[in-house]
Amino acid sequence: MNIAERQAEVIDEFSMFEDWMDKYEHLISLGKELPLIDDSKKLENNLIKGCQSRVWLDAQLEGRKVVYTADSDAIITKGIISLMIRVFTDSSPKEIMDAELSFIDEIGLKEHLSPTRSNGLVSMVKQMKMYAIAYQTQV
Amino acid sequence: MVKELDVIAVREDFPILKREVNGKPLVYLDNGATAQKPKAVIDALTRYYSNENSNIHRGVHTLSQEATSAYEVAREKMKAFINAPEKETVIFTKGTTDGINLIAFSLGREFIQEGDEIVISAMEHHSNIVPWQMLCEQKKAVLKIAPINERGEIIIEEYQKLLNSKTKLVSIVHISNTLGTINPIKEMIKMAHEVGAKFIVDAAQSAPHMKLDVQDLNCDFLVFSMHKVFGPTGIGVLYGKKELLEAIPPYQGGGDMIKTVSFEKTTYNELPHKFEAGTPNISAGIAVSAALDYIEGLDWEAMHEHEAELLAYGTAQLKSIEGLRIIGEAKEKTSVISFIIDGVHPYDVGVIVDKMGIAVRTGHHCTQPLMDWYKIPGTIRASFAFYNTKEEVDLLVTAVKRAVQMLK
Repeated sequence: MNIAERQAEVIDEFSMFEDWMDKYEHLISLGKELPLIDDSKKLENNLIKGCQSRVWLDAQLEGRKVVYTADSDAIITKGIISLMIRVFTDSSPKEIMDAELSFIDEIGLKEHLSPTRSNGLVSMVKQMKMYAIAYQTQV
Repeated sequence: MVKELDVIAVREDFPILKREVNGKPLVYLDNGATAQKPKAVIDALTRYYSNENSNIHRGVHTLSQEATSAYEVAREKMKAFINAPEKETVIFTKGTTDGINLIAFSLGREFIQEGDEIVISAMEHHSNIVPWQMLCEQKKAVLKIAPINERGEIIIEEYQKLLNSKTKLVSIVHISNTLGTINPIKEMIKMAHEVGAKFIVDAAQSAPHMKLDVQDLNCDFLVFSMHKVFGPTGIGVLYGKKELLEAIPPYQGGGDMIKTVSFEKTTYNELPHKFEAGTPNISAGIAVSAALDYIEGLDWEAMHEHEAELLAYGTAQLKSIEGLRIIGEAKEKTSVISFIIDGVHPYDVGVIVDKMGIAVRTGHHCTQPLMDWYKIPGTIRASFAFYNTKEEVDLLVTAVKRAVQMLK
């Protein structure tokens, strides 16, 4: 599966929920399932400071693929992070650089990516792309 | 016996309270951030732009005269609202932050020397921290912080110990935006004056809740924003003692603040215009009149009673939630409830209660040092106005319980 296909999969998955509460419960459970980031990676320079919640992001190049790990102190933020990681998983730097992220909008969670939320997510997406650009030079 | 406030009738005056958010009736509990506007204020803004729009203090034409009079009427009303001795001591600013920056710049330039001390408290808003840090850096002055206790009250004995002959300025929040604590400002002003320091009152949160009397307080300066007092955004007030306002230099240069300008020498205008450079926020100024008329028309005693009831009821109801801790339990407190819940991040609670139509504030409330002191990332804050109801408190409590259920 490529990034576009994985986005379609997430959209399909979220289309089952009829009300916001089911959707958020799913998001919260995704947040809880997200593997915790190793404490050694919860470093100050991996920290993306939002006004509301904090996000830690780490990226490693494994073979020709970028592997992201991330964490947040807020569980809803973590749920969204988990979706981002899932969509980008197993992708090359080039694929990540070129990806258009539309699924957040389509599953009705766009407000979480609004800069006014200052939850660190906007910066996280930017940072994920920055890592891809940096690793592109190494593959 | 205080007459009860007719909340249902009062709510009719605020058009926004009829709207829905996420399919639910709006429950607006973020009054500490900004208050909603009565129709009278909204109408005043429309009326100004429809009938009176023109620049003030300069035109001889009728429109300009009318707008100028309306703007100056607002100043008169503001003078009465805070019981200022003279109209000239009422300066219109952009808001609280602008007022504090004005004092830090103008008073700081004139009166602060190397080694002087400025005292603030541990519960200050960033707008009452950063301008003083900037001034201290520039002048090599020293910023001193009056500590608080676990309940969120300034420890007065410790505050007094900080005051000495080097203390030139004290700038303290009247009511904490995060904790709701009402500080004993009158007593603190007296103590500051005993060592010859000037005292600035940040009245951003007190202006909507209590009658301010600058002469009774005997403060040297007092600042607040009108948008928290049911008025428009973009306008605020700086009151200063006349001799001080006359002694300090202007903040910004430009039109309106001058008497004569030549390339050799410019002379400054008289108070209050000396501190009001450029075209002011005329429409907002005029709407200030409408806001003040509106709130002066309310029964303040009944309003206090009602807000105190919301505070007591809300505190008791929220405390029934397991793992919930109130941040800020001062004996003297206004209708602000900040809280955290074990194992649940404030942001997550804010997101979920918003889905249920409830507007609360989450985060550090621009008081990061205070959050660090409590060792918490932030709080969830419900701040009530007189138009809020017990039913809205119930909706908040139900929503928070629901959020906790979902999140835990």
